[in-house]
Amino acid sequence: MAEIAIKGVAKRFGGFTALHQVDLTISDQEFMVLLGASGCGKTTLLRIVAGLERPSQGEVWIGGRRVDHLPPRERGIAMVFQNYAVFPHLTVFENIAFGLRMKKLPQQEVERRVNRTAELMHIEQLLKRYSGQLSGGQRQRVAVARALAMEPDVILMDEPLSNLDALLRLEMRAELKGVLAASKTTTIYVTHDQVEAMSLADRIAVMHQGRIVQAASPVEVYRNPAARFVGSFIGNPPMNFIPATKAANGSWTVAGLTLPGPSLDKQKLEFAIRPEDVDAGAEGLHATVRVIEPLGPHTLVTCDVEGGLFRAILDSNASIQVGDDLRLAPKPDRIRWFDPETTNAL
Amino acid sequence: MSAVAETPVAAVADARKAGDWLLIATAILLGVWVLLPIYLLIVNALSSPDQVTAFPKRFFPSFDLGSLSFFINFAGVARALWNSVLVATLTMILAIGFGAPAGYALSRFDFPGKGSFRFLVLMTRAFPLPLLALPLAVMFIRTGLDDTAIGLALVHTTLALPFAVLITFSLFSGIPVELEEAAWTLGCTRWQAFRKVILPLALPGIAASAVFAFTISWNEVFAAAVLTIENRTLTAFLLQSLGESPLYLKFAGGAALVVPALIFIFAVRKYLFAMWGIANR
Repeated sequence: MAEIAIKGVAKRFGGFTALHQVDLTISDQEFMVLLGASGCGKTTLLRIVAGLERPSQGEVWIGGRRVDHLPPRERGIAMVFQNYAVFPHLTVFENIAFGLRMKKLPQQEVERRVNRTAELMHIEQLLKRYSGQLSGGQRQRVAVARALAMEPDVILMDEPLSNLDALLRLEMRAELKGVLAASKTTTIYVTHDQVEAMSLADRIAVMHQGRIVQAASPVEVYRNPAARFVGSFIGNPPMNFIPATKAANGSWTVAGLTLPGPSLDKQKLEFAIRPEDVDAGAEGLHATVRVIEPLGPHTLVTCDVEGGLFRAILDSNASIQVGDDLRLAPKPDRIRWFDPETTNAL
Repeated sequence: MSAVAETPVAAVADARKAGDWLLIATAILLGVWVLLPIYLLIVNALSSPDQVTAFPKRFFPSFDLGSLSFFINFAGVARALWNSVLVATLTMILAIGFGAPAGYALSRFDFPGKGSFRFLVLMTRAFPLPLLALPLAVMFIRTGLDDTAIGLALVHTTLALPFAVLITFSLFSGIPVELEEAAWTLGCTRWQAFRKVILPLALPGIAASAVFAFTISWNEVFAAAVLTIENRTLTAFLLQSLGESPLYLKFAGGAALVVPALIFIFAVRKYLFAMWGIANR
């Protein structure tokens, strides 16, 4: 059992605040992805959980034990690094066995675990080689095997796939998901790649400027962004935002269209919709087509709506010309509203 | 622009060829500059006394070991040689003992004054030894360190330390910090991670840096001549006694000094190049 609780953790480097009062609870065996652009504090948070960095304030609990004062070796964690960190002076076998030998396990047990994890990661034929004789993908496998061999309560991964080429990344992603689910460990996985995050995570914690903006299931994060940032960061192309002005109580004017919305004592709101959640029709947002990109299954149309960019994913059969005036009808249940001042969802 | 474009291809090729020749000529000149004295030294050391003073010179030495064996058996040489080895070994131990931890600290930790510390390490080389020799001699006599191997080794350590610090600094910087962190997460204490991961990777370089410190002490003559009287090192001894010796003995003594130093430097050249940021093979 290894539930991870991060309570009010903050980290300051000199005058720079990398993390502001982060709270996050990760339940046992959960796969949590920390997602954010570079510099958002996700790696710092991971390193604080690992014990490689000390929080300026706050507490870290793993499996009901407070660990923030403990060195990494006493936390029951294993970590996979972005650049693999495979020891170059040891064979693959000794790399995987390294942590087991530190635990002073009997030789028989060491061999059993090394062989089992090597098999799991499909590197059993490489055990006698040195790191210099391996490809990037193979090194990554060794790094994961080394972490799994420890049979830790918690595995921490810092962008483990970002140094691999695209095809290999896809292959490793699927494999990692299977292996980690079978190993029944709690996982924290840091990435800036939203596709990776969506496909791996039980829950995604979206981070921005040292704060967790939203921590929820991938579909929830995609469908119901808690803040404007989440909508604009996740999704390719991202969510569209259009300013809305009050028409009457509970009804708002958006790009020539009047829509029912929240009843609020405000004059301005922001209307948001995913590109795939609009249909070209007779009624809708007034849009002028700027660019048309046929992508095969559908067509990406970039339009001008109220002087701002608006992207719509439309059926590839639709005959649209650059310069056309379109009416884009948003699906009513997919419309989201944001407060322009706090940028939070309503 | 157009002038450049219209330059005949042949002229460009000529210019490039001339540049190549210039490069080769410079390389040869520099090679001769370094190698010729060494060549003459060795040829003369390996020739009989008559051949040293004779003219014309022979291109190949006669491999007459007479002068060398005479030199080795010369009174005091064995003792001076022993002193040199002793001082150089002490210097090596002190320089690495202090230099390697400093290099590690510089590469792994951020501390206030780090930049000035690095600069000061280099600055120690800016003071000419003759300037320091007299006050040092006075101080050594007062503390009783004069004419001892450890006293001279201390002076040589100050000469060797900047190199030891900078070589080990670049050495440790070349080892990714993630390797150490990975070792920590795999159950190592700081010291275990250093011993099991960093040290094996740094050891060849540390050995090279040690050999370099040894060579610096081996070659040093000024402090050795000023600070020792009875317990002279080989360099100081040769400076003192070979001044009036016949030419062939000077050559033999010179070779005895230069050849070991050359061999040491040759053995560790890769790491010295690495320190100076030249890609090594």
